[in-house]
Amino acid sequence: MELIYVAAAIMMGLGGLGAAIGVGLLGGKLIEGSARQPELAPKLQTTFFLGAGLVDAIPIIGVGIAMYLIFVVAG
Amino acid sequence: MAGDTQTVSGYIVHHLTNLTYGKLPAGYHRHDGSTVGEGGAWVMAHGGDEAAAMGFTAIHVDSMIWSIGLGIFFCWFFRRMAKKASADTPSGALNAVEMIVGFVDNTVRDSFHGRNPLVAPLALTVFVWVFLMNLMDLIPVDLIPHTLALLGVEYQKIVPSTDPNITMGMAVGVFILMLYYSITVKGFGFVKELTLNPFNHPVFIPVNLFMEVVGLLAKPFSLGLRLFGNMYAGEMIFILIAALFSAGIAWLVPAGLMQVGWAIFHILIITLQAFIFMVLTIVYLSMAHEDH
Repeated sequence: MELIYVAAAIMMGLGGLGAAIGVGLLGGKLIEGSARQPELAPKLQTTFFLGAGLVDAIPIIGVGIAMYLIFVVAG
Repeated sequence: MAGDTQTVSGYIVHHLTNLTYGKLPAGYHRHDGSTVGEGGAWVMAHGGDEAAAMGFTAIHVDSMIWSIGLGIFFCWFFRRMAKKASADTPSGALNAVEMIVGFVDNTVRDSFHGRNPLVAPLALTVFVWVFLMNLMDLIPVDLIPHTLALLGVEYQKIVPSTDPNITMGMAVGVFILMLYYSITVKGFGFVKELTLNPFNHPVFIPVNLFMEVVGLLAKPFSLGLRLFGNMYAGEMIFILIAALFSAGIAWLVPAGLMQVGWAIFHILIITLQAFIFMVLTIVYLSMAHEDH
């Protein structure tokens, strides 16, 4: 039963790693894009938020399931 | 109930169980020692295990009440605003509604490439309804559940979007609309798209079909679980912070700061998730309308 905590930790950790890299890249491209064409900044920002939301969809689902494992299954 | 020696995990699990009403199978031994008679009994569950024993007939009463109630509130409020719309004396609420409708209209206009009068109202409903459901998450964790507990209602989860049934239900609703419009707009083209898409040769039909169907099913699945995951994790952190308050007076200020900090950040998550749910609904419906 103790392995559940390890499993939950791995789920959250790897998911977080992926999301961090993804959103980091997105943020970098956003800054590049708005630096190149400042008048497009608002539209780029909307797309950035949409992308950031999509990128951390799976990791957040992983966090949701990991927390379910920790509190409900092993709680 | 959660009165006497209550552990933290007991507190957390208590806040995660829905108020469930359903049919207990015959011969089931209930918490209070009584056994369910012949033909089962429609009863309010006293705990997670009883709710699980109800199986398919279990209905999450609290999620249903809160989500349908918020839906009715949305319809009533927007209808009142629409009827009362007067250019000369715009009230604050009216401006807000106009802003939301304008924002949704622009988003639909630039991401939906078909001609369907249903999509814009659907997008507005999805956006505002999901936003209202998520907004419930900002209400302090114990405010409503505890007051209701004093009135005898044992369990209460006030945020409908932390219930996978609600989010998956909405996602399946969008999925049905996707299939309906794909068939009506594309007709046989939809079948052709599923079977011949990546590799345009009849011998690859099984491979195409498998890949396309998996892609098709992933859409509602990720749409529903994304909203559920975000809201469930957000609510869990609120519950953990609330449990932190029980750790003694020294923890009062840090936990209070964390609660405020997380609530402010959660405002962004709430609007973002409602926005993403709406945009993906529009994008999926516009993909269903594309006719090559």
